[in-house]
Amino acid sequence: MQTEIMFAGFGGQGILMSGKILAHVAMEQGYEVVWIPSYGPEMRGGTAYCMVVISNKPIGSPIIKNPSHLVAMNQPSLEKFAPHVKSSGVVLINSSLISIGANRKDIDEMMIPVTDIAVKTGNVRSANIVALGAFVARSRLLDFNMLRRCVQEEFKNKRAFLPINQAALEAGKKAVTEIPYVLNKQKISALT
Amino acid sequence: MGKKILMKGNEAIGEAAVRAGCLNYFAYPITPQSEVAEYLSRRIPEAGGVFLQAESEVAVSYMIFGAAGAGARVFTTSSSPGISLMSEGLSYITAAQCPAVFVNIMRGGPGLGGILPSQGDYFQATKGGGHGDYRLLVMAPASVQEAVEMVMIAFPLAEKYRNPVMILGDGLIGQMMEPVEFPDHLRTDPTDKNDWATTGMEFRKSDKPNIVKSLFLDPNALNENNLILKAKYDRMKAEDIHYESYNMEADYKVLIVSYGTMSRVCRTAVDNLKVNGFEVGLLRPKTLFPFPEKKIRDAAAKDSCQVVISIELSMGQMVEDVERCVQGRRPVKWYGECGGNIPTPETVMDVVTSLVGK
Repeated sequence: MQTEIMFAGFGGQGILMSGKILAHVAMEQGYEVVWIPSYGPEMRGGTAYCMVVISNKPIGSPIIKNPSHLVAMNQPSLEKFAPHVKSSGVVLINSSLISIGANRKDIDEMMIPVTDIAVKTGNVRSANIVALGAFVARSRLLDFNMLRRCVQEEFKNKRAFLPINQAALEAGKKAVTEIPYVLNKQKISALT
Repeated sequence: MGKKILMKGNEAIGEAAVRAGCLNYFAYPITPQSEVAEYLSRRIPEAGGVFLQAESEVAVSYMIFGAAGAGARVFTTSSSPGISLMSEGLSYITAAQCPAVFVNIMRGGPGLGGILPSQGDYFQATKGGGHGDYRLLVMAPASVQEAVEMVMIAFPLAEKYRNPVMILGDGLIGQMMEPVEFPDHLRTDPTDKNDWATTGMEFRKSDKPNIVKSLFLDPNALNENNLILKAKYDRMKAEDIHYESYNMEADYKVLIVSYGTMSRVCRTAVDNLKVNGFEVGLLRPKTLFPFPEKKIRDAAAKDSCQVVISIELSMGQMVEDVERCVQGRRPVKWYGECGGNIPTPETVMDVVTSLVGK
């Protein structure tokens, strides 16, 4: 069983870090994992994405045409990648910055204003962690307690930013419980 | 083996060298491998070694020559255009029989090309690059873990042959993160180099001055030096060919030869095709020189095998070696891309199935 998650947005939104933390969680839970960044001649404000591949056996191709899930932090990312998401995948849409939906009926779409939530929680820069919390809470791919531990680990050398990011993580989780299941209530099966 | 750590390929390569006991790193930054220098600029001084950013790649190769000639473990990392600049030095270092490790995290070429993954330096690595009759022992990792292990065994191999070893990875090997364990049992002590290196007379128990050089004006002496080098390359072919076979026990219709990241894409294609009842064998050279010649010859000659294909991120380089090994027993085809995009498993499946029709 293999699952692929794509995080996409503007450079500077912490896209690569979200993916890295998710990969870390998967590794701690004993899965095989690959994290691949988009690397190219980009700068702050340009596009950034990363792919995390999680599997219970050694991972062959790290190159993925159709990811299982998508976390879209800006509109160009949603437009570009949403059509490629596999059927019944979770698509998280940052509705603070995106005014459209994925325009698909076969996915679990959730519109969450992660940037606004981050601002309310105290720092706009933790929007990526809000999104990560929401994604893991909704997809149930990985253990939320392990996610809490890995966020702590990620900020161990930046202690001043830990509380704000911990709050962001919980805010993301809470946002998922508050939104209605707008589209189809596909049950997203956990990795087995 | 220790705990698994999630690490970027470039950083893991740097850490592996330190753990292999190499405390001398000279380099000049270039995408997509600059993180090695970034990592080691902090890590090597911490371990008591020397990090030096040179003024150019040409200078790097001669710093390597100097340190290796003086008997130190030394390595560098670069990417394609940088390796071109180092090639003159590589030829000198090989002629003077100095052990050193060069890592090439390949980007697209020719020229400045691009910064995305490529395998366009196969010829450069295995057939020369620099001038004269020399070879490098070339290893090609397909994962971050394998890159770590290859870096760690590269140093003793370089010393075994008194010849540079090259780790040839595509950009993705440097850029992706995977869990790694550092196999500290692969750490080796440097060999005794007192009989040839300029280690300093006061530490040596001999009055013989050692001279490290690549100039042999006497034709007989130069021929003799080339015969010594050739004997080492023959020994590499006898003792250090490494490869991995995948689904080769099946009655495959097609044999794929592929290495590095591209081989992982092929592995997924082989798995998917197997589900459809289409058997494909995959042979992945882990050493590109010496090349698994006999293995490929034998694998191609299997009764069920109709065609052999070399799939690589280049416009057809390794395919020439595959043709050489197959010796006309089966048709040999090529497929590849070389702009920085990596073919998907779906593309490989289409290419492979189209070779034999229904």
